[in-house]
Amino acid sequence: MALADARAICPDLATRPADLAREAAALSGLRRWAGRYAPLVARDGADGLIADITGVPHLFGGEVTLRADLHDRLERTGLAAQSAIAGTRGAAHALARHGGGVLPEGALAEGLGPLPVSALRIDHDTAATLSRVGLTRIADLVHLPRAPLAKRFGPALVMRLDQALGTRPEPVDAEREAPHFGVRMTLPEPIGLQEDVMAGLARLLERLCAQLTHHQHGARRVLLELRRVDRETAHVRVGLARPMRDPARIAALFEKGVAEVEAGFGIDALRLCAEVTEKLPPEQLGPGGPKLRSEDALADLVSRLGNRLGFDTVQRLLPADSTIPERSFLIAPAAYSAAEEAPPRRGPPRPQILFPPELVSGARGAQPGHPPAQFRWRNMRFSTLRATGPERIAPEWWFDDPAWRAGIRDYWRIETREGPRLWLFHTPQVAGWDAGGAQDWFVQGEFA
Amino acid sequence: MRPLPASPPLAEADPLSLSLCPARVHEAEGRARRGFALFQATRHDGPLVWILPRHAPQTPLLRGLPEGVGARLYLVRTQSETDLLWTAEEALRCPAVGLVVAEPGDPLSLTAGRRLQLAAEAGKTTGLMLLQSGQGSNAAETRWACEQLPSPAPDSTLQQWELIKNKKGTLKLWTVDWHGETSAFHMVSAAGERHEPAETPR
Repeated sequence: MALADARAICPDLATRPADLAREAAALSGLRRWAGRYAPLVARDGADGLIADITGVPHLFGGEVTLRADLHDRLERTGLAAQSAIAGTRGAAHALARHGGGVLPEGALAEGLGPLPVSALRIDHDTAATLSRVGLTRIADLVHLPRAPLAKRFGPALVMRLDQALGTRPEPVDAEREAPHFGVRMTLPEPIGLQEDVMAGLARLLERLCAQLTHHQHGARRVLLELRRVDRETAHVRVGLARPMRDPARIAALFEKGVAEVEAGFGIDALRLCAEVTEKLPPEQLGPGGPKLRSEDALADLVSRLGNRLGFDTVQRLLPADSTIPERSFLIAPAAYSAAEEAPPRRGPPRPQILFPPELVSGARGAQPGHPPAQFRWRNMRFSTLRATGPERIAPEWWFDDPAWRAGIRDYWRIETREGPRLWLFHTPQVAGWDAGGAQDWFVQGEFA
Repeated sequence: MRPLPASPPLAEADPLSLSLCPARVHEAEGRARRGFALFQATRHDGPLVWILPRHAPQTPLLRGLPEGVGARLYLVRTQSETDLLWTAEEALRCPAVGLVVAEPGDPLSLTAGRRLQLAAEAGKTTGLMLLQSGQGSNAAETRWACEQLPSPAPDSTLQQWELIKNKKGTLKLWTVDWHGETSAFHMVSAAGERHEPAETPR
């Protein structure tokens, strides 16, 4: 039903946009909870769960009591649910969406008979065609010969029918639990000394790293929660420059954070959890030797710097495909990028040091289009010894950069009598200078 | 007194003595000090850590850097002067780093300079502080005054690197032609000003 139709029927209707991601997250939470009823629980569509309770009901005192228990608990948490228990997955799916209940064993065909054919998990068109020829209930289909049915309506219908009636097997394909990287420790007596906390942390880290090794993961961010006796919780978070599962090296990063924690009356519980993890396949140790060690040492350095200064302040320059000097390289955080070899040098030389354009003052002795013979920059007087250029760089029209609004730039490499070799430019497209006005010259870089 | 680290004496390490004594912290001043730092970067293997204050306008331009330097350059931008010195110390303590270049904004105190020397000895890493003239500390191993010279020919890029303080050797002045692309350079005048005695006893 469209929203407008619904509003026409019920003007006071409260509506809210569907949040599919959060609904899916809630459903997967419910799936984990449903593990108390069966070892295998899988999602069934966007709004259902299917559990294989083979061999379970006697623990709850029978199928009917199990279902009642399920409904009781869901109702207490404020969830309205429909459920059904049947001998096959297809039958349970159909019954749960059309009334619910428990189908006793051997009564599949009778139980499913009165349900409409659309309960069979067939697509909408097939269901419409079936009802057009007068086959509206499952009971109408059960006794029909299979071959003409498959020929007329496709093999999917027969497959779904067989699955519902149990002549074709359909297992519950429960997805694997995502590994959870968290460990905790409760202490009989509260502790307050930094060494004690670090000792506890070392024990936790050993277990956490064993978990990480088992799942071939490496931690990228680790959170330590320290619960105090007075129910306050202190958090210590460290980031790692690359996925890692070495207890000693992670513990070293925690030292500063743990030292700053206020212990109060004491800490009686520790919880350590790897918040962000990445795949880290096992690596060969041994003859990889010095290179591996120096990479480790460098990653440790980046982690230490990143945890104090922020990981975005430790940067790396990556080549970019642009002729604009400011955009001919990218600045990327070193922890989240890999080094790239710069492309071979081509074209006119570039300065070693770049800075934002600085206007020169006191420019004198310039012929139109040529750099000035004398100028002042940063309170120093320079006279031009040799000028090489111009190199014309045009702005990228597809990228609106306020600094390049003045249009094309003519870059000159100026060797001064005073020594410094500077990178000057002017903007010939700026109106005024060719009409007799003075050109504005800017310094943007310094050569070796 | 602490035993000095076992490092080859300056003169024996390089016949031209333009390399920095390893596991020590050096200083460079003058307008061409950043060029000198890049020249030293080409002569040190391993990662290069360049520490700048966050407000500093200048950046190394990747396409203008000497060959092979760009890929192993780590740029650290720090909020405060304390952070900058701490970062320099941490980087010097890391044995994997080849060269640490830092640009402090304030004059380097004797305490800070001494701490940096201890860190460099611990990590066996070489450091180079880029400072304004007269802002260095007494703890520096060597101090270089770097200027660019106007070139007589269009294809030469003359640099004048003068050793104005040296704890373990003589002072000297070099005029070299370094084009800023590789570690190779041409000596322009081998004859420098020499202070007697030429060889100080070590």
